[in-house]
Amino acid sequence: MKAQLILENGARFVGDTFGAEKNIVGEVVFTTGMTGYQETITDPSFAGQIVTMTFPLIGNYGINLEDMEANRANLKALVVREKCDFPSNFRNEMNLADFLAQQGVVGLEGIDTRALTKIIRDVGAMKGVIMMGEPRDEDVKILMDSLDNSRVIMSTTADGIYTVNEKGSRHAAFIDMGAKQGIVRDLVKRDCKLTVFPADTDAEKIMSVKPDLVFLSNGPGNPLDAPGTVETVKKLIGKIPICGICMGHQIIGLALGAKTKKLKFGHHGGNHPVKDLKTGNVFITSQNHNYIVSDLPDDVEETFVNVNDGTCEGISHKTLPIMSVQFHPEASPGPLDTGWLFDRFLKEI
Amino acid sequence: MPLDKSIKKVLVIGSGPIVIGQAAEFDYSGTQACRAIEEEGIDVVLVNSNPATIMTDRGMANQTYIEPLTAEYVEKIIQKERPDSIIAGMGGQTGLNLACELYDNGVFEKYNMKVIGTSIPSIKEGEDRDSFKRLMERTNQPVAPSEIVTNLDDGIAFAKQIGYPVIVRPAYTLGGTGGGIAENPEQLETILSQGLHLSRVGQVLLEKSIKGWKEIEFEVMRDGAGNCITVCSMENVDPVGVHTGDSIVVAPSLTLADKEYQMLRKAAIDIINSIEIKGGCNVQFALDPESFNYAVIEINPRVSRSSALASKATGYPIAKIAAKIALGYNLDEIKNAVTGKTYACFEPTIDYIVTKIPKWPFDKFFGAKRSLGTKMMATGEIMAIGNTFEASLLKGVRSLEIGQFTLERKSSKERSTVELKQRVIVPDDERLFDLAELIRRNYNMEKLAEITGMDPFFLKKIKNIVDAEEDLKKLTLGDLDRDTLKRYKKMGFSDKGIAELTGCRANDVFDLRVKLGVTPVYKMVDTCAGEFEAVSPYYYSTYDDTTESFPSDRKKVIVIGSGPIRIGQGIEFDYCSVHSILALEKAGVETIIINNNPETVSTDFDTSDKLYFEPLTEEDVYNIILLEKPSGVILQFGGQTAIKLANFLDEMNVPVLGTQPKYIDEAEDREKFDEMLEKLGIKRPKGKAVWSVKEGVEEAGKLEYPLLVRPSYVLGGQGMEITRNEIDLVRYLTDAFAKDSKNPVLIDRYLGGREIEVDAICDGEDVLIPGIMEHLERAGVHSGDSISIYPPQNLTNDIIDKIVDVTYKIAIELKVIGMINIQFIEFRGELYIIEVNPRSSRTVPYITKVTNVPVIDIATNIMLGKKLKEMGYSTGIAKQTNTVAIKVPVFSTEKLPQVEVSLGPEMRSTGEVLGVGHSFTEAMYKGFVAAGTTIPKERSTILVTVRDLDKENFLPIAKKFAAFGCSFIATSGTAKLLSDNGIPVQTAKKISEGVPNVLDVIRSGMIDLIIDIPKKGNDIHSDGFKIRRTAIECDVTIMTSLDTVTALTDVMEKRYTSESVNVVSLSDIK
Repeated sequence: MKAQLILENGARFVGDTFGAEKNIVGEVVFTTGMTGYQETITDPSFAGQIVTMTFPLIGNYGINLEDMEANRANLKALVVREKCDFPSNFRNEMNLADFLAQQGVVGLEGIDTRALTKIIRDVGAMKGVIMMGEPRDEDVKILMDSLDNSRVIMSTTADGIYTVNEKGSRHAAFIDMGAKQGIVRDLVKRDCKLTVFPADTDAEKIMSVKPDLVFLSNGPGNPLDAPGTVETVKKLIGKIPICGICMGHQIIGLALGAKTKKLKFGHHGGNHPVKDLKTGNVFITSQNHNYIVSDLPDDVEETFVNVNDGTCEGISHKTLPIMSVQFHPEASPGPLDTGWLFDRFLKEI
Repeated sequence: MPLDKSIKKVLVIGSGPIVIGQAAEFDYSGTQACRAIEEEGIDVVLVNSNPATIMTDRGMANQTYIEPLTAEYVEKIIQKERPDSIIAGMGGQTGLNLACELYDNGVFEKYNMKVIGTSIPSIKEGEDRDSFKRLMERTNQPVAPSEIVTNLDDGIAFAKQIGYPVIVRPAYTLGGTGGGIAENPEQLETILSQGLHLSRVGQVLLEKSIKGWKEIEFEVMRDGAGNCITVCSMENVDPVGVHTGDSIVVAPSLTLADKEYQMLRKAAIDIINSIEIKGGCNVQFALDPESFNYAVIEINPRVSRSSALASKATGYPIAKIAAKIALGYNLDEIKNAVTGKTYACFEPTIDYIVTKIPKWPFDKFFGAKRSLGTKMMATGEIMAIGNTFEASLLKGVRSLEIGQFTLERKSSKERSTVELKQRVIVPDDERLFDLAELIRRNYNMEKLAEITGMDPFFLKKIKNIVDAEEDLKKLTLGDLDRDTLKRYKKMGFSDKGIAELTGCRANDVFDLRVKLGVTPVYKMVDTCAGEFEAVSPYYYSTYDDTTESFPSDRKKVIVIGSGPIRIGQGIEFDYCSVHSILALEKAGVETIIINNNPETVSTDFDTSDKLYFEPLTEEDVYNIILLEKPSGVILQFGGQTAIKLANFLDEMNVPVLGTQPKYIDEAEDREKFDEMLEKLGIKRPKGKAVWSVKEGVEEAGKLEYPLLVRPSYVLGGQGMEITRNEIDLVRYLTDAFAKDSKNPVLIDRYLGGREIEVDAICDGEDVLIPGIMEHLERAGVHSGDSISIYPPQNLTNDIIDKIVDVTYKIAIELKVIGMINIQFIEFRGELYIIEVNPRSSRTVPYITKVTNVPVIDIATNIMLGKKLKEMGYSTGIAKQTNTVAIKVPVFSTEKLPQVEVSLGPEMRSTGEVLGVGHSFTEAMYKGFVAAGTTIPKERSTILVTVRDLDKENFLPIAKKFAAFGCSFIATSGTAKLLSDNGIPVQTAKKISEGVPNVLDVIRSGMIDLIIDIPKKGNDIHSDGFKIRRTAIECDVTIMTSLDTVTALTDVMEKRYTSESVNVVSLSDIK
């Protein structure tokens, strides 16, 4: 059926729904990856967001049950120019529309996604609603105003404490704020045992399992909204090696005394160049974040920087075994160029 | 690392003449490289034998040499210019092979030169089949089971071991020349022996066929610090088995999930890291559609046809960046010129779909075997951009200029279902339309995927178009409301296509669109899917609501490009278009180009102020005109593609700059043209259009044999022919009217005289002739296939005066403003006119370079209203320069099975080279060398077969060869002639006389030159045809005109060597 995407600034796009049909509100962002829509749909970092795909044709290779980054879809809606109803791939198990419907995610197609992307680029990420039919202005306003993503991490964090790969030789306490399975896979591949904790676990509890290191995952939203996780990490500093990715990186940054800032429209895609400040080498990375770490204290050094806009992409503590990166070495989706970082994490820590 | 300051002077080697497999893409990459190097304040020395290129222009390099691309000549240039560095990867396979040869000969060491960019050992590791295989083993990359063989027996044995079908790939050849797929030992023997012969190193790779796997390419860049990025992935719509140059290709890949995509991307990066590429590299993969298994097919450690496509598809200038890397820069130190903000060290992401479709020459070569395989046959390609696959494909189809505006093709409709099925299994150039027709007949889609090996995704997309076509057929114009019309336009249907399907005129659809407000908008190609603000003025059309192209208030002119490279319309026209842009820019006018050829300089995003990458149809061009409202449109430089639009634009009241459409029409219309010549008292060979065999025979009686006959309307490949008697004429006419009785056949008296050609510039008052070109071969050989000489060597002052006079009269009478090309015949002291083209011709780049007259610049200024006198020129011939410059055509016939080889009235050459010297023979010598002609030496063996008509003329030539110490082998007739005249000759058996016959003699490798003067061409069953085909397939020089042979003996008598002649730079031509 016909539905409208209405942005906070008043811009309207009319399209056809697929997947779930319901009115939703979220933060509108775009991602530039040309492949990997399935990973995007299931990536918990997109929780609470309406995600626009800049690539015009989505769903070509269908959905398979192997490439899930979480056991369910996490975003609010997927906005595409054209969805594909006749996927073709040897691993294809169901088509995009059916998957979204089953997951309760709204799909909107027939949108000039380039025009939409340019608005987000120029105005910045903003609130938006998708409403069925031709909604009344009052209803739009009510729904728009209802958006509150401040507790979004609690919707994606682990439900309880559990272990993965019991036999692993290194023991990581894994704080799951909405972790991508790619990170878990990469750690397990390197023979780690993970004890997974929800985001609001306190330091004592974490230390009680006697981990070799603490690993903070990615997750959705603003790090300042994390439920006490920053305080937890503060208490862990100096006691145990700590590393993190994306949201985990931001939490570590805040715990070390740095600040975080919101980017105009974030980094979402698989083509972001990042420079390793130690070697001068540049890597193409997968990224998905709206906030960055800034204003580093003296005992923290910047290890990676974004080549395009010079923002911080990685930090490490000058004396303590603490390091983190803003980008996604686990890829999924995106380039595999920085997978070696997991080895560095485990070696140097 | 920043700029390497030790680099002061760089040698750039071009790719030589345009041949199949190596087209304009290397002019594009070479031009970009030259510019990128020069903007760093570093000198460029350029060598390229191809005068039609933009890179060989004055001002592009500090010193330009249009000299043969052989190791000897390049060394002479090195000796003279002493460059300190060479960049090897800009001149295609030709440039790369030459650089390797010079390296192997120790030339770079001798002159203390360093190879910048990818090193020669790295290049060899990627190029040499054996080391490539070892490289793949070392980097743990899978390849199809294969073995390098150097002889037939090993090959047959290996094939037995791995099983058929096997793919044969010779090392170091262009576009897969000499390769193929063998299904059984017999086929293998044929393909392998040819491949072994054609490979420069006598190596052939035999490989287990992975036919049917997906073919995926990645363009990768790496800098000296080891930073790697991939520019673009490309997916062949045709699976492995069809050469990528002959495949429809989409960018980016559309059927790969992220896991597969990243797996291949990582493999590509691992490979280029391990051989330490410094610049660009192309990696080709085969991917099993049913698993994660893949195989690396090959890598090309240089810029390539694919890198040109990737550059245009994404906006990322690969050649430029590769040149900067060679100069020392790292990727993160080079700005992305498209965004002006980001750096070259990022991966382009695109938000549209690009389709490349090859342009094949089968409309010219009707008899050719058209089936596509591992040998490339396309002469050029088009690229189309759309934001759906359907729109991208439909735009591509209409860009091909094959009269198709939908997927419904008459020839496919006429085929039986059984025939269609066979034809999609063994694809040829019409496969897309055959597929569409099968789908239209509701052929089982799963079965279709199975028999073609194509991904069901692409087949379903084609079905979407077919279904829409069928839906449209049920509608009339009146049924099209705004939403419906917009839906079809979004899908990519043209007005013409909708008109054909709904049964109305394209104009009606256009009018309806305007009434309903369904007009296109233009989106930007910006490398980043809109993530960053971009400054690139590079656009494509869509039927969305928001546009990104905003016309300026400046005075602006649109130049219409020439579309894909094809026989008869080559790179020359891109040269002209680009020069017109440069002239307009100098004149302070905003420049806009419309073109669809990804291989060209004109479609580089920084050539013009605005680039529209669009089809060159009436509708697509007019849509842009409506938006931009230019003060004029220039058609003269875009060949027939642009000229074809003249009447339409005139009807739409669009100002055409230069010669007015009415007068263009006058020159193109035979009757009007005859009237004009009569009025001016200018002679032309007598002729008439006849409608029946009887009428033809009657006319022939009045005209006198020999006669040049041709269909007035070229359909079905019936070509031009010279008939010498009534029997031949009746046969020709019977045949022609059987094929097409609705159009007349033109019969002209054939004058076997000297052909002369001029390009002239007229401002309405004065007519400037930059130079007169004399053709070596007499009339009857297409002007594009003749050797062309400047300045003329054999014309009397009287004839020259007449040429100037007639040119003046015609140009003034046709009210030419700008360029005109005229072809003459001098016959028995009289001057006849045979053709007038009121536009720029293919000789313009050549004549510009050798006469030093900036032809296009002047012509463009005239179109803007300037006069020749204001620019310091007047009526007459421009001052003659101090050298002789000879243009020699180059053919790709060896790549086109069953195509006639001999010179004739139909053009067959794909490219050209230039020989520059201080005398006719010296220039001719260099021209022959540059074209790869073997010049016989003492004790060379020449195989001769001469038609009766020319036997007497051949005798003096034969004596010259004999005096030179050459020996002859001939078939009985010619052998008798020679021995009767006291010239020693060995007789070879005719084909019908058993083996070993004349073909075996050629294949034995003992023949240095073949002289074969055919009675008539195009008869694939004749001995002569087989001799000629065997000759080119065995790479033996063959000459089919005695005029060419005479020039060869003149050259031989001078006994030139590469040591005895000097290299001449463009600045030496004064």
